[in-house]
Amino acid sequence: MSKSFKNVLVALLVGATVMTFAGCSSSGSTTKTAAKVSGEINGGGSTSVQKIIDAAGSEFTALNPDVKFTYSGTGSSDGIKGATAGTYSFGCSSRDLKAEEKGNLTELVFAYDGIALIVNPANKVTNLTKAQLTSIFTGAVTNWSEVGGADAPIVVVSREDGSGTRTAIEELLGFSGKLKADATVKEGNGNVQTTIAGNANAIGYVSLTFVDKTVTAVNVDGVKASVDNVLNKSYALSRPFLAIYDKTKADPATLAFLDFLMSADGQKIVTDEGGITVTK
Amino acid sequence: MEAIKRKKRKEKIVEIIFLICASVAVLSVLAITFFVFYNGLAPFVTNSYPLWNFLSGVEWRPDSNLYGIFYMIVGSVFATFGAILIGVPIAILTAVFISEMASSRIGKAIRFAVELLAGIPSVLYGIFGLGIIVPYVLKISPFAQGESLLATIFVLAIMILPTVVSIAETSIAAVPKEYREGSYALGASKVQTIFRVVLPAGRSGIMTGVILGIGRAIGETMAVMLVCGNPIAGIPTSIFSQIRPLTTNIALEMGYASGVHQQLLYSTGVILFIFIMIINFTVNKLVKQKVGS
Repeated sequence: MSKSFKNVLVALLVGATVMTFAGCSSSGSTTKTAAKVSGEINGGGSTSVQKIIDAAGSEFTALNPDVKFTYSGTGSSDGIKGATAGTYSFGCSSRDLKAEEKGNLTELVFAYDGIALIVNPANKVTNLTKAQLTSIFTGAVTNWSEVGGADAPIVVVSREDGSGTRTAIEELLGFSGKLKADATVKEGNGNVQTTIAGNANAIGYVSLTFVDKTVTAVNVDGVKASVDNVLNKSYALSRPFLAIYDKTKADPATLAFLDFLMSADGQKIVTDEGGITVTK
Repeated sequence: MEAIKRKKRKEKIVEIIFLICASVAVLSVLAITFFVFYNGLAPFVTNSYPLWNFLSGVEWRPDSNLYGIFYMIVGSVFATFGAILIGVPIAILTAVFISEMASSRIGKAIRFAVELLAGIPSVLYGIFGLGIIVPYVLKISPFAQGESLLATIFVLAIMILPTVVSIAETSIAAVPKEYREGSYALGASKVQTIFRVVLPAGRSGIMTGVILGIGRAIGETMAVMLVCGNPIAGIPTSIFSQIRPLTTNIALEMGYASGVHQQLLYSTGVILFIFIMIINFTVNKLVKQKVGS
């Protein structure tokens, strides 16, 4: 018994040592960041950016342990209001600001969101207008022949309720709460893509980064779904992710956080969380 | 004296360790029950959503404040019933074949395959369903998508096989040899013996297997989520209709939900919980009655 116990101990020790070294090397690579800041950052606004901001926030507080970071997903309009009133250190919006909202706010585009409409490669439809897409997703149009395809029923595939991509497409195409009742619902971008690849009559939507050879992205209003077209704003189903703040009131911790968000490390988090980075 | 005392103390300590281990299960079940019921009943206690609308609604649209789960209950019941209808006969006949008919080598091979089936993670059943069963159903379906009640039933029927087979086999093997010999002595054939003597004698064990199969089928989530379609409304009217079982409703949306939406997902869990308790109690009673008669 004592012998096997000893073996276990040795194994544990070796494991712990290896982990310690691994820990050292990984923290070593990130120590090059600027001087540590402290303070409280409370952001708020768009729910679509929540994943990115939360991930960036926890990475930022890991680097700056004296910072207390919170972000409340309350919607873009609330984020803009909060940034103007100063109740938020910074606000986030997943739409462009209206003229009357601008005031003396500084806008910082930290990411883009692009959504591709995908169909099976066997489908001959290559272009759809925004209006056609809305009719398809609400169930007003149910046959591919009505939008220039073969005489076959349209199978609508959607993401689950609460998904950021679903919220975005519903807002961009204007069918919030009106998705047709018998749409197939799949969890995650990957599942939607697999479903489209396996069903010749299906149409669905995924984050731009999920388009691959097994599916075809249709052009929307004649514009190809690509990162370039998202960046030059010609692709309709895209939107900017904005951080907004009042330059005159912003505290150093908030500015340091926004700097971090725009840095290479911050932009990597944007990619990891499914966004399109500002710089290529 | 001292040695005996020390031994007794050691015994006591070990006993306590055993007790602690045993209470992990009990405490877990209490904690889960409390947690699910506490959160799940909250929206009805605080009147943030009417219970009747929740139970009788046939539309689940959180963004329009519509949370009806009646169509999910129907979907769950149909899927489980279908899986039992297909899976149980196959499982029982497999068990009979392994223990009564097959040579020991073939029996061992089949038993090994069944055990392997039990060890496959459920998400892989889902991928198998999505890759093989769904496209096949699509070919024969009058609708344009293969995700359906039928696909769900097929996947679940395969998934409950290992549970039912292994328990049925054990209970068939436990039937005393004398029963069979008595039957043969009366001139009965092998098949007659199996259906008239062995299976009736082993029925309580077989029923236990079926209960566990039902439990597995109604509670299965990952595999089902990939093949059932998860529509946001509609009672299934055909075997090719899409369904959204109670389990997948929770798994699909829990990640993003907040507020009333999240609480009502817990409520869905409460309904699931009640279902499983009802099934367990009724079938337990059934088994007792049969054994008693």
